[in-house]
Amino acid sequence: MLIRLSPDAASTDLPSDITPKHAYLNRRALLQHSLGLGLLTGMGVAWSQTGPSPTVVPGKLPALASKRSALENALAVDVPTAYTYASTYNNYYEFGTDKSEPARNAHTLKTKPWTLEIEGLVKKPMRLGLEEVMKLGAMEERIYRMRCVEGWSMVIPWIGFSLSTLVKHVDPLGSAKFIEFVTLADPKTMPNVGSRVLDWPYLEGLRMDEAMHPLTLLTFGMYGEILPNQNGAPIRLNVPWKYGFKNAKSIVKIRFTDKQPATAWNKAAANEYGFYSNVNPSVDHPRWSQATERRIGEDGLFNKKRKTLMFNGYEAQVASLYSGMDLGKNF
Amino acid sequence: MNVRKRLLSPWAKPLLMLLLALPAVWLIYAAFNDLLGANPAEALIRQTGDWTLRGLCVVLAITPLREITGTPALLRFRRTLGVGTFIYACLHMLCYAWFDQGLALEDIWRDILKRPFIWLGFGALLAMLPLALTSFNAAIRWMGVKRWQTLHRLVYATAVLAVLHFFWMRAGKNDFTEVLVYAAVLGILLAWRVRSLIATR
Repeated sequence: MLIRLSPDAASTDLPSDITPKHAYLNRRALLQHSLGLGLLTGMGVAWSQTGPSPTVVPGKLPALASKRSALENALAVDVPTAYTYASTYNNYYEFGTDKSEPARNAHTLKTKPWTLEIEGLVKKPMRLGLEEVMKLGAMEERIYRMRCVEGWSMVIPWIGFSLSTLVKHVDPLGSAKFIEFVTLADPKTMPNVGSRVLDWPYLEGLRMDEAMHPLTLLTFGMYGEILPNQNGAPIRLNVPWKYGFKNAKSIVKIRFTDKQPATAWNKAAANEYGFYSNVNPSVDHPRWSQATERRIGEDGLFNKKRKTLMFNGYEAQVASLYSGMDLGKNF
Repeated sequence: MNVRKRLLSPWAKPLLMLLLALPAVWLIYAAFNDLLGANPAEALIRQTGDWTLRGLCVVLAITPLREITGTPALLRFRRTLGVGTFIYACLHMLCYAWFDQGLALEDIWRDILKRPFIWLGFGALLAMLPLALTSFNAAIRWMGVKRWQTLHRLVYATAVLAVLHFFWMRAGKNDFTEVLVYAAVLGILLAWRVRSLIATR
């Protein structure tokens, strides 16, 4: 399955075991057959799904043990995206704006030693080494849909624990209403930090209740291993009901504030990227529709794009955070 | 045997056509063999667009090259290159309409209302259409050389529209490096023509 059969992995209950391998291989074969009947028989088969199988073990980085998450809707039933795709098709502008560049350039990122600073409106501001941060909570594997604002999506088995675990640990003051995430901006190791594409460092932010939502994941690994550099190693965020750019990568500082933080994309184009950036098929980006998405590795060339779900399919869990808000205005 | 003689060889044109077909052959091969990465639709759309821009650069370089190097034989390749470029532009549009929009006219209409940079690309293609339709010898005879040449100056409009199309598309990412390369090449080629026009007056 997704994770190598190393002794510690074998002893863990893996969410990737939910769909037995033969079941989704059958599903695939079916897909190929139905497309084969299409206009161009050979092309249909060849172009529908010949990509790397999601069952291939990455085996590239150190393993990170975890337990299957028990949280409601934390294990998407969707077919996970192949590791090859999830680790070579990335938006990580510090390493280049083309989606193939992070995988090529991010080897320069130094993730050891790594320090996470926690400051602002908290009772216990602190500086923690990566290992200390990782010990704060029990590692869980969660399979999340990830919807990019550009109109494509993936399904990724992440490893980490709820951000709320860390928030509780540092004990925020009552006046803390927002959390700002500051990410690494090192011109020596990140070739594109000198460019004027965005204002560096890349900043993101969440409202306190969003940060405390159990689905908000402080992430250290994916596909049973530690995060590859191009996916935001060694610490990143995953807020599955928001567009992918809200998931700050390579976080160095978490700051608790009483004001809504400025975020990188909001500063670059406030009319296009709001603070909330919740996935919403009925609120279009000013320059393109958000009604549909292309699932990477699964939707072949001849498939129509699939419909995007409200809050990326996490509506039942998160809609209450925004009750009474005009989501068209607070996009 | 020198370069000029080789250019006149009966094999030169078929060889050029073969060369022009190579990127398309590669893209089809890559699509069949899953070599286009995570998002093959996007890769096909972008790469056919890139090849169209490159084709425009080459086709517009013929006249300056011919005059600067004194190689009139180059002229025999201009129309072949032009038609080749037009084919890539058509493939570009087809890839968009098919792989991005699933050939659904209603979706395409909604999409181009949202993304006006597509209009510029469509405009560039439309400006190429009469040129492609009159690219055979008989058309020159029917129209007369003068009128044919006047019509074919539309290629300048295509070049400008194509670069603007690319610029607007990249504006979203705030990344203009590649756009500037094409704009510079096409700008120099157009400026050369303006200069020689002024010089002949």
